Amino acid sequence: MKIGDLPAPQLRERLAVDGVAFRVGPYVTRLRSPIARVAEGLHLVGAHHPLAAPADFVDFDLEIRPRLGLWPPLHRLARLFVDGAAPFNAFPVAQSYAMFEWGLNWCVATRSDRYLLVHSAVVEKGGRALLLPAPPGSGKSTLCAALVCRGWRLLSDELAILRSDGLLAPIPRPVSLKNASIDVIRRFEPGAVIGGTAHETIKGTVAYLRPPADSVDRQAEPARPAWVVFPKYEAGAVLRFAPHSRARTLVFLAHNSFNYHVHGARGFTLLADVLEHCACHDLGYGSLEDALRCVESLASNDGAARPATA
Amino acid sequence: MSPAPRPLLVEALGDPPGTLRLTNAQWTLLIQQARAAGLLSRLAFLLDAAGDLPRVPAGPLHHLESSLVLARSHDQAVRWEVASIHDALRSAGIPVVLLKGAAYVLADLPAARGRWFSDVDVMVPRTSLADAEATLRLSGWIGTHADDAYDQRYYREWMHEIPPMLHERRRTTLDVHHSILPLTARLKPDAAKLFAAAVPVALHADLRVLAPADMVLHSATHLFWDGEFHHGLRDLVDLDDLLRHFDARDPAFFPTLVDRAFEMDLAGPLQYGLRYTRRILGTPVPDTAMIALRRAGPGALRRPLMDALFDRALMPDHSTCSDWLTPTARWLLFVRAHYLRMPLRLLVPHLTRKAWRRVKGEDAVHRG
Repeated sequence: MKIGDLPAPQLRERLAVDGVAFRVGPYVTRLRSPIARVAEGLHLVGAHHPLAAPADFVDFDLEIRPRLGLWPPLHRLARLFVDGAAPFNAFPVAQSYAMFEWGLNWCVATRSDRYLLVHSAVVEKGGRALLLPAPPGSGKSTLCAALVCRGWRLLSDELAILRSDGLLAPIPRPVSLKNASIDVIRRFEPGAVIGGTAHETIKGTVAYLRPPADSVDRQAEPARPAWVVFPKYEAGAVLRFAPHSRARTLVFLAHNSFNYHVHGARGFTLLADVLEHCACHDLGYGSLEDALRCVESLASNDGAARPATA
Repeated sequence: MSPAPRPLLVEALGDPPGTLRLTNAQWTLLIQQARAAGLLSRLAFLLDAAGDLPRVPAGPLHHLESSLVLARSHDQAVRWEVASIHDALRSAGIPVVLLKGAAYVLADLPAARGRWFSDVDVMVPRTSLADAEATLRLSGWIGTHADDAYDQRYYREWMHEIPPMLHERRRTTLDVHHSILPLTARLKPDAAKLFAAAVPVALHADLRVLAPADMVLHSATHLFWDGEFHHGLRDLVDLDDLLRHFDARDPAFFPTLVDRAFEMDLAGPLQYGLRYTRRILGTPVPDTAMIALRRAGPGALRRPLMDALFDRALMPDHSTCSDWLTPTARWLLFVRAHYLRMPLRLLVPHLTRKAWRRVKGEDAVHRG
């Protein structure tokens, strides 16, 4: 049974009372909150995620509780509790759904040191995975969302989970879209389901694109990395698609890893082995369609088999 | 009155293979308690050592294995950090004694297994303090609280350590001590005796750790005289590990320990240390040691009160291990520790000043 199979009032009731446990990639998350926005967001963009059995082990225990702020008098705040403790500051109650997604990412990123974790979007086609590592503002999430709308399988928009066997574990959460890219994706795919919107966060307006049912249904199915593409969106830029050195790619991924330092020499060897079989490219673009064409060409002409420049 | 059920974590530390009978719901709770107590990797090490790790269900196994990966990397980082400190101080010919976590790691003690800590602590003679500080500065450690005259005075006149030093590149913290209790504390252990008895570690000939009895005394003093119980159970587990380890290697360990405690003016902390390791973790402390220490402990009237406070404060910092009195117990023990560490004429102005800073929102992060 999936979250979306529960009628909305029942989901809200269960969230408020016992909490709802559901599977996200290799993990079970339990969320409890009496806040209506949390229930609405989860019902809409989390609809495809399967409910966990009551007897399942729970990896991440999250709760979002409302409370009143002192100044201005009685404004509505909320707090995120992880395993019963509240390690973070309170936030406006209207941002509760975004804070749940943020809190879940935080749990995965800080409690999964047996994997090598890299800040990167990951999508897959034909059994081969594409990593999109890039700093915020480079258009990584927008490109990831567009690829997912075009039939690529979503593994994650934030986190590449690299197992010691060199495969990537999916953790398909809703793709977080910021500011202008929300409308870009609405125009790009009018059928896209977008919800959980939060205004005036540190990153501006944030909204979440529901992952396709197929991506969630296949969340236990790992994928082998085949390409690394560094996207760089710039308004009006001409298309630039060029090989990127694999050595530099390794250094970039290590820098953008949450726990590379924890893995030491094994982490280096793992990344080097993975990149040995990957083609790496820079992708500068001003048009989303151009960028998609480039990426699709990778998938269709078997770009992975070609040795890239070192 | 004691906080109701014995936490799963305490049961599991005493009987690691017993965890294999837990339900998934119990595992969920156990992993949460162990993480909150800072004992997740300790639990993982115990299960690994017993050969039971492969039989743990996949869900909790993920968290145990992740904590082991982190703990092993931490162990390596600590050894590297200690080697760097050693390199910096060796040329100056300053005697260095490692304390707490770093000492357990370098002395290969069981207390180091899965022990996570954020700072390295060293002790140098008070007369070498200025030399040590200057030498460390040349090697990249910079003093903190530099622009705060009050904090400087707090550390340098009253405490047993100088303000923490931060390495400019590695961002690691080094606490340089010259004793194991503040200068203002009522108990007066003689630091010179600690140096005289210290023993070299295998890896670096001129690097020392406290002698077994002193190491136990320091661990007990740190836990019962410091007032921070956020990781109280973890510190109690350290103490338990040290006691079991040294007792197994020296049949005269407990009598020696008790004698040394009286000699060092630390019989009070040791009395608490032995009482609660035995009470909570079942440490095999001989009755003779408890009887010998009785006069250093609380009287018959105060003992039930202290039990009620410590039984709560030494539990994991998790909602399932607390009752409505737990926050009060932790607060009372925090105040008690300050009272033990500073006379009232210093303590009252100090706490007032801290509270005022907090109200004003200034950064009041020091250990006082």
